[in-house]
Amino acid sequence: MLLAITGSFVVIGMGLAVIGAGIGIGNVGAKAMEAIARQPEAVGDIRANMILVAALIEGAALIAIVLSFLVA
Amino acid sequence: MSQILRFNYKAFCVLLLGLVFSTSAMAGSDAKKEGFDPAVPAFHHIADANVFSIGPIQIPLPYILYVPGEGWHTGMSSAFGITMPHGDGLKAIDRFVLHGGRIKRIQDPNFPMGEVTLGADHDALHKLWHGEQSLSLNDKTYNLAYDNSSTADGGVFGGGITSYYDFSITKNVMSMFLVCGFLFFLFRGIAKKYATREGKAPIGAQGFIEPIFVFIQDEVAIPFLGKDWERFLPFLMTLFFFILGLNLFGQIPFLGNANVTGNLAVTMVLAIITFIVTTINGNKHYWEHTLWMPGVPSLLKILILTPVEVMGLFIKPLTLMLRLFANITAGHMVMVIFVGLIFLFGQNVTLPTLATAIPSMLLTMFMMAIELLVAFIQAFVFTILTASYLGAATEEAHH
Repeated sequence: MLLAITGSFVVIGMGLAVIGAGIGIGNVGAKAMEAIARQPEAVGDIRANMILVAALIEGAALIAIVLSFLVA
Repeated sequence: MSQILRFNYKAFCVLLLGLVFSTSAMAGSDAKKEGFDPAVPAFHHIADANVFSIGPIQIPLPYILYVPGEGWHTGMSSAFGITMPHGDGLKAIDRFVLHGGRIKRIQDPNFPMGEVTLGADHDALHKLWHGEQSLSLNDKTYNLAYDNSSTADGGVFGGGITSYYDFSITKNVMSMFLVCGFLFFLFRGIAKKYATREGKAPIGAQGFIEPIFVFIQDEVAIPFLGKDWERFLPFLMTLFFFILGLNLFGQIPFLGNANVTGNLAVTMVLAIITFIVTTINGNKHYWEHTLWMPGVPSLLKILILTPVEVMGLFIKPLTLMLRLFANITAGHMVMVIFVGLIFLFGQNVTLPTLATAIPSMLLTMFMMAIELLVAFIQAFVFTILTASYLGAATEEAHH
């Protein structure tokens, strides 16, 4: 009972881009948590920088996702 | 314990119900017998339109079209006779039709000019556009294949130069006017308050904007721009509040569905402005380090470093443009698709529709909260990167 698979491989690329973003932002978050644990009084600075770097990583992943809409 | 019991359940239930009805109406009424494709309302909601819709009310906007060879066509889009659910026009004017809220041009050169009635009401128009796509008129049949307006992306996003140019005041342009007007009056009032209440504590809108303003000044402008940060402060502030205002305006549910910063044209102009400002203000030290950096063997410079640096000159504004566009567009699309899930799962069957409604609505509310955060973060990231590039362009040699 074979089912025809329709669609395109583009969505695999989209998923890979999200995996990359997940790994990157997870690293940033982990290091930020460690840094806050080491020096709790620097929480404000660390939080601001963490969000900035997360937005940059997310930007790269979202560029990949949106450009894949071109194909499909 | 009494803190938890004081939670106002009545207000919460009213809010929840209101959000159920507003979010479920957002995806539109595309659940017809032929199956529901969630991509259609998704792309329709992030696209521009020639009609400004506030909920069910459609406000016509002026259209300004140019056909090379025919000249300019102007007017109000109400002349097309806007019908409600899909924004299709009852009439065709000078080979232009209103379809899906946007003005398109019929490709058939034999299509009569002037006013042509396409249908009597929305159902007739729906049959016309989704059925045989041809119009019979006075014993002649015309094919209704249409052109979209020319886009400046050179065909990258499926556009390119077509038979006409659309310079209309569209939904996005109208939203930009509204947001600019609002920001102008807001900041003018705040500036007057600072002038008249010298030395006193800030009140009202002043107290709301001052922390944000001082945050951008102290965290973004001064650390990155160095000595002459005051020169570029107005530019950075304008950029930040303009992008923030447009992002937040796009999150308001029924007010025109304005997806302004999720439009590649708008973000491209912002990126071009950043590029122009950094290029004009680049000093000798900046150009030396970009094109012919000292302390590197010449062969390496010619082959690798200088080409990469020159590409970087253009890629940096390009990524600014794509980052803002992708974040905002992805957010809008996700919300429309989550609500569209209700219609997708419950095509003409009531129980799956109701069962999907609550989780989908909760998910949409959660995404809306994230989108508010993303609005602030993306405006901040655009501003901080612009400040970083400007700072790199204007910094003095530190040998």
